[in-house]
Amino acid sequence: MSEILLEVADLRVTYPGEGGDFAALRGIGFALGRERLGIVGESGSGKSTAGRAIMGLLPPSARVGAEVLRLGETDLRGLDEAGFRRLRGRRIGMVLQDPKYALNPLLRVGEQIAETHRTHLRQGRRAARQAALAMLESVHIRDPARVYRAFPHELSGGMGQRVMIAMMLIAGPEVLIADEPTSALDASVQRQVLAILDEQVRARGMGLLLISHNLHLVRAFCDRVLVMYAGRVVESCRASELAAARHPYTRGLLAALPDLAHRRARLPVLARDPDWLEPVR
Amino acid sequence: MDAAVAGLRRLLRLILSVAATFLGLTLVTFVIGRLIPIDPVLAVVGEHAAPSVYRAARARMGLDLPLSVQYLRYLRQILHGDFGTSVITGQPVLTDLLHVFPATVELSLAALLIGLGLGIPLGVLAATRRGGAIDQAVRLLSLFGYSMPVFWLGLIGLLVFYARLGWVAGPGRLDVGFEDMVPERSGLLLLDSALAGQWDVMANAAAHLLLPAAILGLLSLAFIARMTRSFMLGQLSQEYVLAARAKGLSRRRVVWVHGLRNIAVPLITVIALTFGSLLEGAVLTETVFAWPGLGLYMKNSLFNADMNAVIGGTILIGVVYIGLNLLTDLLYPLLDPRADTGARR
Repeated sequence: MSEILLEVADLRVTYPGEGGDFAALRGIGFALGRERLGIVGESGSGKSTAGRAIMGLLPPSARVGAEVLRLGETDLRGLDEAGFRRLRGRRIGMVLQDPKYALNPLLRVGEQIAETHRTHLRQGRRAARQAALAMLESVHIRDPARVYRAFPHELSGGMGQRVMIAMMLIAGPEVLIADEPTSALDASVQRQVLAILDEQVRARGMGLLLISHNLHLVRAFCDRVLVMYAGRVVESCRASELAAARHPYTRGLLAALPDLAHRRARLPVLARDPDWLEPVR
Repeated sequence: MDAAVAGLRRLLRLILSVAATFLGLTLVTFVIGRLIPIDPVLAVVGEHAAPSVYRAARARMGLDLPLSVQYLRYLRQILHGDFGTSVITGQPVLTDLLHVFPATVELSLAALLIGLGLGIPLGVLAATRRGGAIDQAVRLLSLFGYSMPVFWLGLIGLLVFYARLGWVAGPGRLDVGFEDMVPERSGLLLLDSALAGQWDVMANAAAHLLLPAAILGLLSLAFIARMTRSFMLGQLSQEYVLAARAKGLSRRRVVWVHGLRNIAVPLITVIALTFGSLLEGAVLTETVFAWPGLGLYMKNSLFNADMNAVIGGTILIGVVYIGLNLLTDLLYPLLDPRADTGARR
């Protein structure tokens, strides 16, 4: 890991509520270089909240605080909406789960890709169109001119996700947050989309934050893994060393994975320990 | 090829449903015409006619035939544009309707423009600033619009803005001195006077139109703003809105370009419904404002038991409703590419 692209320390997100505040993130930290960093954890562990907090996309009611929250040289703490707007799409992008919902159903997909280009690079419609066509080609779409004119409902899930990736990468961000980018896709298509993500991340020297609930996928695809539980990072290790993880939650998750080679009639149930909610010592 | 077949099928289905609705409309008006305790024969021969004269008139009007035959005759007449003769005016009902309807259309269109021009932006702003001042104002306005009877608003409006303040002109479409000064072309006074270059007539017509259009506009604004708000709130929680913001678009662009496009389809329906209810609600407004349109015509016909005129007016409103529905159906595929093939996913 050479240069640090994104640095986070003690990131906290709370939602004020009538019955007391709800802490969605209780102080997470990591540094992302030109690498693929996976964040795994169950639903509600705060994975997506972390991604959205970094992009300033949480609802206004959320209170965000951090000791360090830095994108390259830019301090993201206390950045206003206009400040975030200049970063989103341009320096940090986000791929969402299901292209069926994440693309505007009434706009041609090419126009949606070109829109990012026009917003940030301001080189006019023609340049944006050319760039969008080139971008479609680079995510391995065979007939870019045809797909450019298509509406989202006319594309398959895999095609839609390529369009989504193109839309988020066209303005050349340094960091990409992929929030469950393959969960809505068929297994065979998942691999293609991951391969395209990988290719883009490597070619552009970007940092990728891959948010997923799929341990297998993260272990196979990422360089490093963060395991989150209840708004905290409980484990951080190299993906290849995940098998040697020490935290009982991670061990429990690993034990609960089915394995083709060793069939088991019953998978173990994760026994949760209230101690996990305490800060990691 | 497939698309052409699907389009043709869609068109056929549309034509069938329009025809069926129209038949239903004529059936209902026919039944109403027979059920109400008004004897159309008496209206013609008078109360003191001899029984033989009465029977002859009855036979001449075809009222001794079986109901099914009467209905078919009625249907044929309507399809030929023959709604009978009005007892009050002595003219064919169709001629009367074509004369009074433009006045109602002009009033309704003006009200609709006010309702749309203010209602959509207000609804969008209320949705984007939920709980804010505009949101509260829209809520209050909607409550006001739903609970205030239009005739009361009309009377108070006339009292305040015409009688006290003198900001607007009084009842009617024109001051007496301006009447019949412009040739009737479309029947829409603003348009006709502009075409004739009679600017003072146009100004006078506008002064008369302002208050009733503003009151009707306020009521439709309440409905349109509320619907726009809830449609927009539904869109703002969609994933594509998050994605659009994640690529760096301003909130304004996300709302007014991405969001608004997506609420256009349901809004078209709301607009058509609003226009329809404006025509329907014309009876009260036009009575208060002595506006010589369809509503006033129907009110006078009702009070004089002029059934041909009442039923003619009812059918006209029904036909307009069918037309509006047809129009929205035809507009859908232009606004939403997913509706194009007829096979909605």
